[in-house]
This record gives sequence, structure tokens and C-alpha cells, in this order.
Amino acid sequence: MNQANTTVVAFRNFFQEVGQLTSFLVKFFKQVFVPPYEFDEFAKQSFIVGYKSLPLVGITGFIMGLVLTIQLRPTLVDFGAESWLPAMVALSIIREIGPVITALICAGKVGSGIGAEIASMKVTEQIDAMEVSGINPFKYIVVTRIVATTLMIPLLVIFSDFIALMGSFLAVNIKSDVSITLFITQVFDSLDFMDVIPSLIKALFFGFFIGLIGCYKGYTSSNGTEGVGASANSAVVVASLLVFIIDMIAAQITSLFT
Amino acid sequence: METVKTNNYEVEVKNLQISFGKDDVLTDLSLSLKKGENLVVLGKSGSGKSVLIKCIIGLIDPDEGTIMVQGNNISEQDDNNLNLIRSKVGFLFQSAALYDSMTVRENLEFPLRRQNTVKGKKLTSLVEDALENVGLSDVIDKMPSELSGGMRKRVGLARTLILKPEIMLYDEPTTGLDPITSTEISSLIVHIQKKYKTSSIIITHDIACTKNVADRIIVIRDGVCAAEGTYKELENSGDPWIRSFFE
Ligand SMILES: Nc1ncnc2c1ncn2[C@@H]1O[C@H](COP(=O)(O)OP(=O)(O)OP(=O)(O)O)[C@@H](O)[C@H]1O
Ligand SMILES: [Mg+2]
Repeated sequence: MNQANTTVVAFRNFFQEVGQLTSFLVKFFKQVFVPPYEFDEFAKQSFIVGYKSLPLVGITGFIMGLVLTIQLRPTLVDFGAESWLPAMVALSIIREIGPVITALICAGKVGSGIGAEIASMKVTEQIDAMEVSGINPFKYIVVTRIVATTLMIPLLVIFSDFIALMGSFLAVNIKSDVSITLFITQVFDSLDFMDVIPSLIKALFFGFFIGLIGCYKGYTSSNGTEGVGASANSAVVVASLLVFIIDMIAAQITSLFT
Repeated sequence: METVKTNNYEVEVKNLQISFGKDDVLTDLSLSLKKGENLVVLGKSGSGKSVLIKCIIGLIDPDEGTIMVQGNNISEQDDNNLNLIRSKVGFLFQSAALYDSMTVRENLEFPLRRQNTVKGKKLTSLVEDALENVGLSDVIDKMPSELSGGMRKRVGLARTLILKPEIMLYDEPTTGLDPITSTEISSLIVHIQKKYKTSSIIITHDIACTKNVADRIIVIRDGVCAAEGTYKELENSGDPWIRSFFE
């Protein structure tokens, strides 16, 4: 009986949360295209999300490219298909690993940062202070951050893909001698439009949801300093989970077209 | 905007009732603020004082009751009118609520920039004057995290005063400060009242501050206004509970 009750409560909480998130989303779309636009704050957030994540995204991208190449080589050698190595690595990086790893890193770094920052602004009454001085805090804080993550994460994915391919080139060259021009030719021959575009659209959605969840968790955090940690934490958990769910949906949709 | 002034009250709260979930915070509270007056609101911690002034500025919607600010019913205004009314009301938050990510200068410029009326040199001199008013000209390029609690309160006050409000709402302006700084802030409140002819509601449990600033005092107990009067009257009240505030 008690067990059943807890399940009911959990379900109700879940649907309440989904409902609140939906109205948060509606509020975003109602405000995003309506002036005044907060360009300065948007630029600042883009800098924080984009530029400040470059080192982390670059290092992980490089290592992923390197490791993937090293791991794949023996299998390909067994099949006598070693020359396919650059093509295979490029495909897996650009279609899957680049976007997903970048998004997961950003869910951790950017999502938690946004969640904690907004929650602490709420606790210290900064959001109320904005509201009383005639500034729409939702527009100033939430809209700018969601737009920034939506635009910056695809750019980070492109950057990460590029660095990962460099890592891969290095790994190819450890065992065999491939010139950079040959490597690039092999990579580009293997790729087509339908590999790059869906992966960038996917990245756009990753960015949007990372921003959305971070802002939502921060903005609706329950008062108190404890709420700050909790918001940051659940922003990461929910955003990471959503990254995988979106990835799954994206794979289904892309496969319809190919 | 309709500005029908029904009487000469700057703020008038009638039969205010607010509850959060099962807790009734305010049950039936009425008060009025006359023009040019400093009204002190006393009450125990958790008695709903902050909630009360947040209602006055429209940050919290009351369950029941009406709130008139300069003759306008707060809960009936659309966003534009609400912003217009809010631009005449200054609010000093209990925690000062400085924007962490901005310097002191940016904090003060922020509400002005939005209004888009002052720019450039004039903006700079307004900011500098406002800080000088609270005796903090030297912190202009610091971040809020580098300031002490008392400095933060004073910067918060400067940020509020820069908009030249007609009504000021102070939420515990002296709590957590040493007696000397408290006295400074109390004098500042009186100075502001004299200089700008503002009407103020001051929430506090600092009795020294009350003595300095109050023209009239109300005491909140169990969600209603339990007593009202001047400092002298309440100090000699027949009710020992009320007298206990003044010990
Ligand atoms: N947003 C809110 N949600 C739920 N409960 C709240 C909220 N704001 C205030 N309360 C509750 O209302 C009551 C009154 O709070 P309020 O902050 O007004 O007290 P206060 O009189 O200002 O106390 P203090 O002197 O300590 O600042 C408290 O019990 C608090 O828990
Ligand atoms: Mg309070």
C-alpha cells in the first residue's frame, strides 16, 4: 500500500514537473522574439558558454579522436581494411561521438553553471531586485542563456569534431605514415551532406535543452542555499539524460531519410 | 494611466491575507502610509514583514485584500502600469540583492540604463553622486563580493535612491550591522526623508533605529496589526508583549 502510494506521488510529481517545464518553454517562446533584446547579456553569455568551454571540449575531443583510432585499428587490420581507418573514425566522430561528448561535457559544465548561478540569484533576491527595477528577469536571464547555449553548442561541436580529427590523424601516424593531405581527402570522401547537417541540427537541440534545463532548474529552485546545489545537480542529471534521448530520436529520424 | 487619488495616503493596505500552503502568514492586516512619513513595522522574525512589503511592490500576490499605491490597485495593473508604479517605489532588500556578476558601478547603472533616459557623462556623475551620498565613493569599481555586509547594504541603498523614489520600502536596513554603522544608516534614512520628501516603510527589529527614524510604528502579531502609535505611546503600552520590543 505504502509502496503504491509512493509510486503515485512520484508519478504525480513527474507530471507536475513536465507541466511546469512546458509552461516555462511556452514563456520562452513568447518572449524570445519580442523586443527589447538583451544583446549585451547575450554576448556575455555566449562568451562564457562558448569561449570558456573551448579548452575542455578541445582536450576531450582530441583524446576521443586519438583513442578511437587506436582502438579501431586492430580490427580493421584483421579485416585488411586499414586504409578505411580515417573514414570510419571521421564518420563516428562527426555523426555521433563529437556531438554527444561535447553535449555531455556542456551539460556538466554549462548546465550546472547556469543552474547554480540562477538559483543563487534567486536565493539572494537578485531576480526580485531586477523585477522591481522594471527589468524583465526572465528575458534578461533565461532567454539570453538559452539562446546562447543553442547557438554556441553547435559551434563547440564543430570545434570538437575538428580537434578530434587532428587526434585521429596523430594516431594514424603512430603506426603508419599518412600525409595530412591524404588523411583529409580520405575523411572528406567518406563524408557527405547527410552526415554533417543532421549532426549539427542535433547539436542545436542539445544546446537548447541544456540551456533550458539549466535555467528551469535554477529559476524554479526552492529557496535556500541548499536549493542551489540541488538545482545544479538535477540540471546535470536531467540534461545528460535528455542528450541521450534526443540522440536516440535523432538517429531514428535521420535513418528515415537515408 | 489612471491616477485617481482617493485620499492622501501613499500606500494603503486593506485586509491583507496571505498563506503559503497551510501556514497563514498574514491573516487580516491593514495599514496606511501618509505622505512624507516614516512608518516603522515591528514584528518577530517570521511574522511576515518581508512578505508584506513584497506584496506592496507586487512581487507576491496576496490571497485576499487590496493594496493601493498612490491610489492605484497593485493587483489590477498590467505590466506597463506596474513598471510605472514600481519606478516610483524604491525597495531595499533584506540581503541588499546586489548583482554578483556586476561591479558596484554597473549595479548602480543597471536600473538607469534600462530607463534609457540618461547616458554617458551624466550617467557617470549620477552614479558617483549616489555613492557619495552613502559615503562609499571609493568602492565604485569593486565587485559586490569584495564588500562587507554594511557596505553592501549601503550600495543597495544607493542603487535604490538613484531612481529618486517617492516611496521607499526598507527591509531590515540595519540588521547584522555594528551599532555605529546602524546609526549611520538610520541617519541616512532620516536624511533621505528630509531631502527627497519620501514616504517610507521601514521594517526592523532594531529598536535604536526605530527610535531614530519612526514617526509612527505598527506592530505585527499573528498576522494582524496588534498595535499602532508613536514610539512614546508603544514604549509605555499596557501590553507587556509590545513593551518587550522596546527593552
Ligand atoms: N516564497 C515563500 N514561500 C513559502 N513560504 C514563504 C515564502 N516567503 C515567506 N514565507 C514564509 O512566510 C513567513 C514570513 O516570512 P517573512 O520573510 O515575511 O518573515 P519576516 O517577518 O521578514 O522575518 P525576518 O525578520 O526573519 O526577516 C515565514 O514563515 C516564511 O517561511
Ligand atoms: Mg524579513
